[in-house]
Amino acid sequence: MRQNLQLAVVGGTDADANAAIRNEISTIFEEVLGRPVSIRDDTDIVEDLGMDSLGVMNFVMAIEDFYDISIPLDRIAQIQTVADLIAAVEALRSGRVA
Amino acid sequence: MTILAKHGAYKQAYDQLRASGVDPLNVRFDAVTSPTEGVIGGQAMILLGTNNYLGLTFDPDCVDRAIEATRGQGTGTTGSRVANGTYGGHKRLEEALAKFFGRQNAMVFSTGYQANLGVLSTLVGRGDHLMLDADSHASIYDGSRLGHAEVIRFRHNNPDDLYKRLRRLEGAPGDRLIVVEGIYSMLGDTAPLKEIAAVKRETGAYLLVDEAHSMGVLGETGRGLAEAADVEADVDFIVGTFSKSLGSVGGFCVSDTPDFDIMRIVSRPYMFTASLPPGIVASTLAALEKLQAEPSLRETLMRNAHRLYDGLKAMGFEVGPEANPIVAVAMPDQETAVMFWKLLLEGGVYLNLALPPATPTNVRLLRSSVSAAHTLAQIDTVLSVFAEVGRTLGFLPSGRRRIAGAV
Repeated sequence: MRQNLQLAVVGGTDADANAAIRNEISTIFEEVLGRPVSIRDDTDIVEDLGMDSLGVMNFVMAIEDFYDISIPLDRIAQIQTVADLIAAVEALRSGRVA
Repeated sequence: MTILAKHGAYKQAYDQLRASGVDPLNVRFDAVTSPTEGVIGGQAMILLGTNNYLGLTFDPDCVDRAIEATRGQGTGTTGSRVANGTYGGHKRLEEALAKFFGRQNAMVFSTGYQANLGVLSTLVGRGDHLMLDADSHASIYDGSRLGHAEVIRFRHNNPDDLYKRLRRLEGAPGDRLIVVEGIYSMLGDTAPLKEIAAVKRETGAYLLVDEAHSMGVLGETGRGLAEAADVEADVDFIVGTFSKSLGSVGGFCVSDTPDFDIMRIVSRPYMFTASLPPGIVASTLAALEKLQAEPSLRETLMRNAHRLYDGLKAMGFEVGPEANPIVAVAMPDQETAVMFWKLLLEGGVYLNLALPPATPTNVRLLRSSVSAAHTLAQIDTVLSVFAEVGRTLGFLPSGRRRIAGAV
Protein backbone atom coordinates (compact mmCIF):
# COMPACT_ATOMS: atom_id res chain seq x y z
CA MET A 1 0.00 0.00 0.00
CA ARG A 2 2.79 2.35 0.91
CA GLN A 3 4.44 1.65 -2.44
CA ASN A 4 1.24 2.37 -4.28
CA LEU A 5 1.02 5.61 -2.41
CA GLN A 6 4.44 6.73 -3.42
CA LEU A 7 3.63 6.01 -7.03
CA ALA A 8 0.39 7.91 -6.78
CA VAL A 9 0.27 11.20 -8.59
CA VAL A 10 -1.47 14.16 -7.05
CA GLY A 11 -4.67 14.58 -9.02
CA GLY A 12 -6.16 17.83 -10.12
CA THR A 13 -4.19 18.87 -13.17
CA ASP A 14 -7.48 20.29 -14.29
CA ALA A 15 -8.62 23.19 -12.16
CA ASP A 16 -11.56 21.30 -10.73
CA ALA A 17 -13.56 22.72 -7.87
CA ASN A 18 -12.19 20.11 -5.48
CA ALA A 19 -8.57 21.04 -5.94
CA ALA A 20 -8.44 23.68 -3.25
CA ILE A 21 -10.08 21.50 -0.64
CA ARG A 22 -7.95 18.54 -1.67
CA ASN A 23 -4.79 20.56 -1.13
CA GLU A 24 -5.98 21.73 2.27
CA ILE A 25 -6.90 18.18 3.24
CA SER A 26 -3.53 16.94 2.06
CA THR A 27 -1.78 19.45 4.34
CA ILE A 28 -3.92 18.33 7.29
CA PHE A 29 -3.11 14.68 6.53
CA GLU A 30 0.58 15.48 6.58
CA GLU A 31 0.29 17.34 9.87
CA VAL A 32 -1.60 14.48 11.53
CA LEU A 33 0.53 11.67 10.09
CA GLY A 34 3.80 13.56 10.36
CA ARG A 35 4.94 12.49 6.89
CA PRO A 36 4.39 13.54 3.29
CA VAL A 37 1.37 12.00 1.56
CA SER A 38 0.05 12.09 -1.98
CA ILE A 39 -3.69 11.89 -2.27
CA ARG A 40 -6.11 11.59 -5.14
CA ASP A 41 -9.89 11.61 -5.14
CA ASP A 42 -9.94 7.81 -5.04
CA THR A 43 -7.37 7.46 -2.25
CA ASP A 44 -8.84 5.21 0.46
CA ILE A 45 -8.24 7.04 3.74
CA VAL A 46 -7.85 3.99 5.95
CA GLU A 47 -6.42 1.44 3.50
CA ASP A 48 -4.08 3.61 1.45
CA LEU A 49 -2.90 5.95 4.17
CA GLY A 50 -2.53 3.23 6.81
CA MET A 51 -4.56 5.13 9.41
CA ASP A 52 -5.77 3.40 12.56
CA SER A 53 -8.95 4.43 14.33
CA LEU A 54 -7.09 6.93 16.52
CA GLY A 55 -5.44 8.45 13.47
CA VAL A 56 -8.81 8.79 11.78
CA MET A 57 -10.28 10.47 14.85
CA ASN A 58 -7.40 12.94 15.15
CA PHE A 59 -7.59 13.63 11.45
CA VAL A 60 -11.35 14.19 11.52
CA MET A 61 -11.01 16.57 14.46
CA ALA A 62 -8.28 18.52 12.63
CA ILE A 63 -10.52 18.77 9.55
CA GLU A 64 -13.40 19.94 11.74
CA ASP A 65 -11.24 22.64 13.34
CA PHE A 66 -9.92 23.84 10.00
CA TYR A 67 -13.32 24.19 8.35
CA ASP A 68 -15.21 25.07 11.54
CA ILE A 69 -17.65 22.20 11.03
CA SER A 70 -18.68 19.09 12.97
CA ILE A 71 -18.94 15.91 10.93
CA PRO A 72 -21.62 13.71 12.55
CA LEU A 73 -20.58 10.12 13.30
CA ASP A 74 -22.90 8.57 10.72
CA ARG A 75 -21.37 10.80 8.04
CA ILE A 76 -17.86 9.80 9.14
CA ALA A 77 -18.84 6.14 8.76
CA GLN A 78 -19.81 6.77 5.13
CA ILE A 79 -16.52 8.43 4.24
CA GLN A 80 -14.09 6.03 2.60
CA THR A 81 -12.20 7.99 -0.02
CA VAL A 82 -10.81 11.50 -0.29
CA ALA A 83 -13.64 12.33 -2.72
CA ASP A 84 -16.20 11.26 -0.07
CA LEU A 85 -14.48 13.51 2.45
CA ILE A 86 -14.43 16.48 0.09
CA ALA A 87 -18.13 15.99 -0.60
CA ALA A 88 -18.92 15.86 3.11
CA VAL A 89 -16.87 18.98 3.86
CA GLU A 90 -18.53 20.89 1.02
CA ALA A 91 -22.01 19.81 2.04
CA LEU A 92 -21.46 20.73 5.69
CA ARG A 93 -19.92 24.08 4.85
CA SER A 94 -22.67 25.09 2.45
CA GLY A 95 -25.35 23.78 4.78
CA ARG A 96 -24.34 26.17 7.53
CA VAL A 97 -26.43 29.18 8.30
CA ALA A 98 -24.34 32.29 7.75
CA MET B 1 -14.30 -18.43 4.29
CA THR B 2 -16.89 -18.45 7.03
CA ILE B 3 -19.49 -15.83 7.75
CA LEU B 4 -17.23 -14.57 10.55
CA ALA B 5 -14.22 -14.10 8.27
CA LYS B 6 -15.00 -10.37 8.22
CA HIS B 7 -13.58 -10.21 11.75
CA GLY B 8 -10.26 -11.63 10.57
CA ALA B 9 -8.21 -8.69 11.80
CA TYR B 10 -9.57 -9.11 15.33
CA LYS B 11 -9.05 -12.86 15.19
CA GLN B 12 -5.47 -12.42 14.14
CA ALA B 13 -4.77 -9.96 16.96
CA TYR B 14 -6.48 -12.23 19.48
CA ASP B 15 -4.63 -15.34 18.27
CA GLN B 16 -1.38 -13.43 18.55
CA LEU B 17 -2.22 -12.45 22.11
CA ARG B 18 -3.07 -16.03 23.05
CA ALA B 19 0.12 -17.31 21.40
CA SER B 20 2.02 -15.43 24.07
CA GLY B 21 0.52 -17.83 26.59
CA VAL B 22 -2.19 -15.65 28.11
CA ASP B 23 -5.81 -14.88 27.45
CA PRO B 24 -6.68 -11.77 29.44
CA LEU B 25 -10.13 -11.67 27.84
CA ASN B 26 -11.04 -15.10 29.17
CA VAL B 27 -9.74 -15.43 32.70
CA ARG B 28 -11.26 -18.40 34.51
CA PHE B 29 -11.71 -18.27 38.26
CA ASP B 30 -11.72 -21.53 40.20
CA ALA B 31 -13.41 -19.58 42.96
CA VAL B 32 -14.23 -16.09 44.10
CA THR B 33 -14.35 -16.18 47.87
CA SER B 34 -14.69 -12.55 48.96
CA PRO B 35 -14.87 -9.09 47.35
CA THR B 36 -11.06 -9.06 47.20
CA GLU B 37 -10.01 -12.71 47.00
CA GLY B 38 -10.23 -15.43 44.41
CA VAL B 39 -8.44 -18.46 43.04
CA ILE B 40 -7.08 -18.80 39.50
CA GLY B 41 -5.32 -21.99 38.38
CA GLY B 42 -5.07 -23.15 41.98
CA GLN B 43 -3.35 -19.93 43.04
CA ALA B 44 -4.78 -17.42 45.51
CA MET B 45 -5.35 -13.98 44.01
CA ILE B 46 -5.89 -10.49 45.31
CA LEU B 47 -8.76 -9.19 43.16
CA LEU B 48 -7.95 -5.72 41.89
CA GLY B 49 -10.06 -5.59 38.75
CA THR B 50 -13.66 -5.96 39.85
CA ASN B 51 -15.27 -2.45 40.03
CA ASN B 52 -16.54 -3.68 43.40
CA TYR B 53 -15.93 -0.25 44.90
CA LEU B 54 -17.76 -0.65 48.20
CA GLY B 55 -17.03 -4.37 48.45
CA LEU B 56 -20.71 -5.25 49.03
CA THR B 57 -20.91 -8.46 46.96
CA PHE B 58 -20.55 -10.63 50.07
CA ASP B 59 -22.23 -8.27 52.52
CA PRO B 60 -24.35 -10.51 54.80
CA ASP B 61 -27.40 -8.20 54.69
CA CYS B 62 -27.32 -7.96 50.90
CA VAL B 63 -26.90 -11.73 50.58
CA ASP B 64 -29.69 -12.45 53.10
CA ARG B 65 -32.12 -10.08 51.43
CA ALA B 66 -31.40 -11.67 48.04
CA ILE B 67 -32.02 -15.15 49.43
CA GLU B 68 -35.18 -14.07 51.18
CA ALA B 69 -36.59 -12.42 48.05
CA THR B 70 -35.66 -15.40 45.90
CA ARG B 71 -37.37 -17.83 48.30
CA GLY B 72 -40.43 -15.62 48.55
CA GLN B 73 -40.83 -14.49 44.93
CA GLY B 74 -38.87 -16.92 42.80
CA THR B 75 -35.72 -16.83 40.74
CA GLY B 76 -36.92 -14.62 37.91
CA THR B 77 -39.73 -12.49 36.52
CA THR B 78 -39.54 -14.37 33.20
CA GLY B 79 -40.45 -11.31 31.20
CA SER B 80 -40.58 -7.57 30.84
CA ARG B 81 -42.48 -5.24 33.14
CA VAL B 82 -44.68 -4.16 30.23
CA ALA B 83 -45.90 -7.74 29.78
CA ASN B 84 -45.29 -9.55 33.07
CA GLY B 85 -45.92 -6.62 35.36
CA THR B 86 -44.02 -4.70 37.99
CA TYR B 87 -43.07 -6.44 41.22
CA GLY B 88 -43.14 -4.59 44.52
CA GLY B 89 -39.35 -4.64 44.62
CA HIS B 90 -39.00 -2.84 41.27
CA LYS B 91 -41.19 -0.05 42.54
CA ARG B 92 -39.43 0.16 45.91
CA LEU B 93 -36.03 0.28 44.25
CA GLU B 94 -37.14 3.07 41.92
CA GLU B 95 -38.55 5.05 44.83
CA ALA B 96 -35.36 4.55 46.83
CA LEU B 97 -33.19 5.68 43.89
CA ALA B 98 -35.32 8.79 43.29
CA LYS B 99 -35.13 9.67 46.98
CA PHE B 100 -31.38 9.06 47.16
CA PHE B 101 -30.71 11.37 44.20
CA GLY B 102 -33.35 13.90 45.28
CA ARG B 103 -35.24 13.48 42.01
CA GLN B 104 -38.88 13.02 41.17
CA ASN B 105 -38.48 10.04 38.87
CA ALA B 106 -36.45 6.88 38.56
CA MET B 107 -36.51 4.01 36.14
CA VAL B 108 -34.71 0.70 36.47
CA PHE B 109 -33.17 -1.21 33.56
CA SER B 110 -31.85 -4.75 33.44
CA THR B 111 -28.21 -3.70 32.96
CA GLY B 112 -26.25 -0.47 32.99
CA TYR B 113 -25.51 -1.00 29.31
CA GLN B 114 -29.22 -1.18 28.56
CA ALA B 115 -29.88 1.93 30.65
CA ASN B 116 -27.70 3.94 28.27
CA LEU B 117 -29.24 2.26 25.24
CA GLY B 118 -32.74 2.87 26.54
CA VAL B 119 -32.27 6.44 27.67
CA LEU B 120 -30.11 7.83 24.86
CA SER B 121 -32.26 6.31 22.12
CA THR B 122 -35.38 7.81 23.70
CA LEU B 123 -34.29 11.31 24.78
CA VAL B 124 -33.09 12.30 21.33
CA GLY B 125 -34.33 11.32 17.90
CA ARG B 126 -34.26 12.42 14.30
CA GLY B 127 -33.43 16.13 14.03
CA ASP B 128 -31.85 16.27 17.49
CA HIS B 129 -28.16 16.50 18.32
CA LEU B 130 -26.27 14.20 20.66
CA MET B 131 -22.94 15.57 21.91
CA LEU B 132 -20.67 12.76 23.15
CA ASP B 133 -17.31 12.96 24.87
CA ALA B 134 -14.87 11.13 22.58
CA ASP B 135 -13.85 8.72 25.37
CA SER B 136 -17.43 7.64 26.09
CA HIS B 137 -18.17 4.06 27.12
CA ALA B 138 -19.29 1.60 24.43
CA SER B 139 -22.85 1.63 25.81
CA ILE B 140 -23.08 5.37 25.09
CA TYR B 141 -21.82 4.96 21.55
CA ASP B 142 -24.16 2.01 20.99
CA GLY B 143 -27.08 3.93 22.49
CA SER B 144 -26.34 6.80 20.13
CA ARG B 145 -26.70 4.43 17.17
CA LEU B 146 -29.98 3.01 18.38
CA GLY B 147 -31.70 6.39 18.09
CA HIS B 148 -31.63 8.55 15.01
CA ALA B 149 -30.16 11.75 16.38
CA GLU B 150 -27.15 13.35 14.75
CA VAL B 151 -24.15 12.30 16.83
CA ILE B 152 -21.28 14.72 17.31
CA ARG B 153 -18.17 13.78 19.24
CA PHE B 154 -16.20 16.39 21.19
CA ARG B 155 -12.64 16.18 22.50
CA HIS B 156 -12.35 14.28 25.76
CA ASN B 157 -12.96 16.47 28.83
CA ASN B 158 -12.76 19.62 26.72
CA PRO B 159 -15.61 22.08 27.47
CA ASP B 160 -14.23 24.60 24.93
CA ASP B 161 -14.44 22.06 22.14
CA LEU B 162 -17.96 21.15 23.26
CA TYR B 163 -18.93 24.82 23.26
CA LYS B 164 -17.48 25.34 19.80
CA ARG B 165 -19.50 22.43 18.44
CA LEU B 166 -22.72 23.61 20.05
CA ARG B 167 -22.11 27.10 18.64
CA ARG B 168 -21.78 25.56 15.15
CA LEU B 169 -25.31 24.23 15.59
CA GLU B 170 -26.74 27.69 16.26
CA GLY B 171 -29.90 28.20 14.27
CA ALA B 172 -30.39 24.48 13.62
CA PRO B 173 -33.64 23.04 14.98
CA GLY B 174 -33.78 20.14 17.44
CA ASP B 175 -32.78 19.40 21.02
CA ARG B 176 -29.14 19.12 22.11
CA LEU B 177 -28.12 16.51 24.67
CA ILE B 178 -24.62 16.53 26.18
CA VAL B 179 -23.41 13.18 27.54
CA VAL B 180 -20.45 12.85 29.90
CA GLU B 181 -19.28 10.37 32.53
CA GLY B 182 -18.57 11.00 36.20
CA ILE B 183 -15.40 8.91 36.25
CA TYR B 184 -14.08 7.56 32.95
CA SER B 185 -13.67 3.83 33.20
CA MET B 186 -10.21 3.39 31.73
CA LEU B 187 -8.03 6.18 33.15
CA GLY B 188 -10.14 7.06 36.19
CA ASP B 189 -10.28 10.75 35.30
CA THR B 190 -13.37 12.83 36.12
CA ALA B 191 -15.27 15.16 33.79
CA PRO B 192 -14.82 18.95 34.30
CA LEU B 193 -18.49 19.08 35.19
CA LYS B 194 -18.70 22.67 36.45
CA GLU B 195 -17.40 23.95 33.11
CA ILE B 196 -19.57 21.57 31.13
CA ALA B 197 -22.62 22.67 33.13
CA ALA B 198 -21.77 26.30 32.25
CA VAL B 199 -21.66 25.38 28.54
CA LYS B 200 -24.99 23.61 28.94
CA ARG B 201 -26.60 26.67 30.52
CA GLU B 202 -25.23 29.04 27.91
CA THR B 203 -26.29 26.94 24.94
CA GLY B 204 -29.64 25.70 26.22
CA ALA B 205 -28.64 22.05 25.91
CA TYR B 206 -29.70 19.19 28.19
CA LEU B 207 -27.05 17.41 30.25
CA LEU B 208 -26.83 13.70 31.06
CA VAL B 209 -24.15 12.32 33.38
CA ASP B 210 -23.32 8.63 33.53
CA GLU B 211 -22.30 8.05 37.15
CA ALA B 212 -21.56 4.33 36.67
CA HIS B 213 -18.10 4.54 38.28
CA SER B 214 -18.76 7.54 40.54
CA MET B 215 -21.99 6.64 42.36
CA GLY B 216 -21.11 5.62 45.90
CA VAL B 217 -17.59 6.87 45.22
CA LEU B 218 -17.74 10.67 44.82
CA GLY B 219 -19.78 13.36 46.56
CA GLU B 220 -20.60 14.14 50.17
CA THR B 221 -23.35 11.52 50.26
CA GLY B 222 -22.12 9.34 47.40
CA ARG B 223 -24.41 10.72 44.70
CA GLY B 224 -21.47 11.00 42.33
CA LEU B 225 -19.61 13.70 40.43
CA ALA B 226 -22.64 15.99 40.02
CA GLU B 227 -22.84 16.22 43.81
CA ALA B 228 -19.07 16.57 44.23
CA ALA B 229 -18.96 19.38 41.65
CA ASP B 230 -22.07 21.00 43.13
CA VAL B 231 -23.95 21.13 39.82
CA GLU B 232 -26.80 18.71 40.45
CA ALA B 233 -29.35 21.36 39.47
CA ASP B 234 -27.78 21.56 36.01
CA VAL B 235 -27.81 17.82 35.42
CA ASP B 236 -31.09 16.84 33.75
CA PHE B 237 -30.51 13.09 33.70
CA ILE B 238 -28.32 10.76 35.71
CA VAL B 239 -27.68 7.26 34.45
CA GLY B 240 -25.96 4.61 36.50
CA THR B 241 -25.46 0.96 37.22
CA PHE B 242 -25.94 -1.51 40.06
CA SER B 243 -22.99 -3.62 38.97
CA LYS B 244 -20.26 -1.54 40.56
CA SER B 245 -20.70 0.11 43.96
CA LEU B 246 -23.99 -1.74 44.57
CA GLY B 247 -22.49 -5.14 43.85
CA SER B 248 -25.24 -6.69 41.71
CA VAL B 249 -26.44 -6.05 38.16
CA GLY B 250 -28.83 -3.59 36.53
CA GLY B 251 -29.04 0.05 35.54
CA PHE B 252 -31.13 3.13 36.16
CA CYS B 253 -31.98 6.66 35.16
CA VAL B 254 -33.20 9.44 37.48
CA SER B 255 -34.56 12.82 36.48
CA ASP B 256 -36.93 15.64 37.36
CA THR B 257 -38.34 15.91 33.87
CA PRO B 258 -42.15 15.95 34.30
CA ASP B 259 -43.17 13.53 31.55
CA PHE B 260 -40.51 10.98 32.50
CA ASP B 261 -42.81 7.95 32.59
CA ILE B 262 -43.46 8.09 28.83
CA MET B 263 -40.05 6.42 28.53
CA ARG B 264 -41.62 3.25 29.91
CA ILE B 265 -43.66 2.77 26.75
CA VAL B 266 -41.23 4.10 24.15
CA SER B 267 -37.81 2.91 25.35
CA ARG B 268 -37.29 -0.41 23.61
CA PRO B 269 -34.33 -1.62 25.71
CA TYR B 270 -36.66 -1.20 28.73
CA MET B 271 -39.74 -2.75 27.16
CA PHE B 272 -38.40 -5.71 25.27
CA THR B 273 -36.21 -7.44 27.82
CA ALA B 274 -36.85 -9.33 31.03
CA SER B 275 -36.92 -7.21 34.19
CA LEU B 276 -34.51 -7.76 37.06
CA PRO B 277 -35.19 -10.85 39.23
CA PRO B 278 -36.41 -10.31 42.82
CA GLY B 279 -33.14 -11.48 44.38
CA ILE B 280 -31.10 -8.90 42.46
CA VAL B 281 -33.59 -6.13 43.22
CA ALA B 282 -33.51 -7.00 46.94
CA SER B 283 -29.72 -7.06 47.25
CA THR B 284 -29.46 -3.81 45.28
CA LEU B 285 -31.91 -2.12 47.63
CA ALA B 286 -29.96 -3.40 50.62
CA ALA B 287 -26.70 -2.13 49.08
CA LEU B 288 -28.24 1.29 48.39
CA GLU B 289 -29.26 1.49 52.05
CA LYS B 290 -25.75 0.46 53.11
CA LEU B 291 -24.19 3.06 50.81
CA GLN B 292 -26.17 5.73 52.63
CA ALA B 293 -25.84 4.36 56.15
CA GLU B 294 -22.09 3.80 56.00
CA PRO B 295 -20.23 6.81 54.58
CA SER B 296 -17.08 5.31 56.11
CA LEU B 297 -17.04 2.87 53.17
CA ARG B 298 -16.27 5.79 50.85
CA GLU B 299 -13.55 7.04 53.14
CA THR B 300 -11.91 3.62 53.28
CA LEU B 301 -12.24 3.35 49.49
CA MET B 302 -10.50 6.67 48.89
CA ARG B 303 -7.83 5.84 51.46
CA ASN B 304 -7.11 2.61 49.56
CA ALA B 305 -7.24 4.36 46.20
CA HIS B 306 -4.67 6.92 47.37
CA ARG B 307 -2.46 4.22 48.84
CA LEU B 308 -2.29 2.40 45.49
CA TYR B 309 -2.16 5.50 43.27
CA ASP B 310 0.45 7.31 45.35
CA GLY B 311 2.50 4.15 45.80
CA LEU B 312 2.64 3.37 42.08
CA LYS B 313 3.34 6.99 41.23
CA ALA B 314 6.17 7.17 43.77
CA MET B 315 7.76 4.09 42.17
CA GLY B 316 7.75 5.96 38.89
CA PHE B 317 4.88 4.25 37.11
CA GLU B 318 2.77 6.34 34.76
CA VAL B 319 -0.66 6.56 36.35
CA GLY B 320 -3.78 8.50 35.32
CA PRO B 321 -4.30 12.17 36.12
CA GLU B 322 -6.25 11.75 39.38
CA ALA B 323 -6.26 9.45 42.40
CA ASN B 324 -9.59 7.65 42.10
CA PRO B 325 -10.60 4.03 42.69
CA ILE B 326 -9.74 3.32 39.06
CA VAL B 327 -5.96 3.31 38.91
CA ALA B 328 -4.48 2.75 35.47
CA VAL B 329 -0.82 2.21 34.72
CA ALA B 330 0.29 2.97 31.17
CA MET B 331 2.46 0.41 29.41
CA PRO B 332 4.81 1.38 26.58
CA ASP B 333 3.72 -1.36 24.19
CA GLN B 334 1.49 -4.42 23.95
CA GLU B 335 4.25 -6.95 24.55
CA THR B 336 5.34 -5.32 27.81
CA ALA B 337 1.71 -4.87 28.85
CA VAL B 338 0.89 -8.56 28.31
CA MET B 339 4.06 -9.75 30.04
CA PHE B 340 3.55 -7.39 32.98
CA TRP B 341 -0.05 -8.55 33.36
CA LYS B 342 1.02 -12.20 33.24
CA LEU B 343 3.72 -11.73 35.88
CA LEU B 344 1.30 -9.85 38.14
CA LEU B 345 -1.04 -12.83 37.86
CA GLU B 346 1.78 -15.21 38.72
CA GLY B 347 2.52 -12.94 41.68
CA GLY B 348 -1.08 -13.32 42.89
CA VAL B 349 -2.54 -10.03 41.65
CA TYR B 350 -5.51 -9.99 39.28
CA LEU B 351 -6.33 -6.80 37.43
CA ASN B 352 -7.57 -5.86 33.94
CA LEU B 353 -5.36 -5.72 30.89
CA ALA B 354 -6.91 -3.02 28.73
CA LEU B 355 -5.83 -2.88 25.12
CA PRO B 356 -6.98 -0.84 22.12
CA PRO B 357 -9.65 -0.47 20.82
CA ALA B 358 -11.14 -0.61 24.35
CA THR B 359 -8.81 2.15 25.56
CA PRO B 360 -8.73 5.84 24.65
CA THR B 361 -5.96 7.13 22.39
CA ASN B 362 -4.61 3.61 21.77
CA VAL B 363 -2.92 3.44 25.16
CA ARG B 364 -2.13 0.04 26.77
CA LEU B 365 -3.21 -0.09 30.39
CA LEU B 366 -2.95 -2.24 33.47
CA ARG B 367 -6.27 -1.16 34.90
CA SER B 368 -7.04 -1.75 38.53
CA SER B 369 -10.11 -0.91 40.56
CA VAL B 370 -9.72 -0.51 44.28
CA SER B 371 -12.37 -1.58 46.80
CA ALA B 372 -13.28 -0.42 50.29
CA ALA B 373 -12.95 -4.09 51.18
CA HIS B 374 -9.22 -4.16 50.46
CA THR B 375 -7.02 -4.04 53.52
CA LEU B 376 -3.98 -1.79 53.53
CA ALA B 377 -1.93 -4.98 53.79
CA GLN B 378 -3.46 -6.19 50.48
CA ILE B 379 -2.71 -2.88 48.78
CA ASP B 380 0.86 -3.03 50.06
CA THR B 381 1.22 -6.59 48.76
CA VAL B 382 0.02 -5.37 45.37
CA LEU B 383 2.59 -2.56 45.45
CA SER B 384 5.40 -4.95 46.25
CA VAL B 385 4.37 -7.31 43.44
CA PHE B 386 4.29 -4.32 41.05
CA ALA B 387 7.78 -3.34 42.18
CA GLU B 388 9.07 -6.87 41.73
CA VAL B 389 7.58 -7.31 38.27
CA GLY B 390 8.84 -3.85 37.32
CA ARG B 391 12.36 -4.89 38.30
CA THR B 392 12.08 -8.27 36.56
CA LEU B 393 11.11 -6.59 33.29
CA GLY B 394 13.79 -3.94 33.64
CA PHE B 395 10.98 -1.48 33.39
CA LEU B 396 12.20 2.09 33.53
CA PRO B 397 9.11 4.20 34.06
CA SER B 398 11.05 7.47 34.13
CA GLY B 399 11.70 7.19 30.41
CA ARG B 400 8.07 6.54 29.52
CA ARG B 401 5.78 9.03 27.95
CA ARG B 402 2.83 10.40 29.84
CA ILE B 403 -0.49 8.70 29.34
CA ALA B 404 -1.75 10.27 26.16
CA GLY B 405 -5.00 12.09 26.60
CA ALA B 406 -4.46 12.51 30.32
CA VAL B 407 -4.97 16.24 30.33
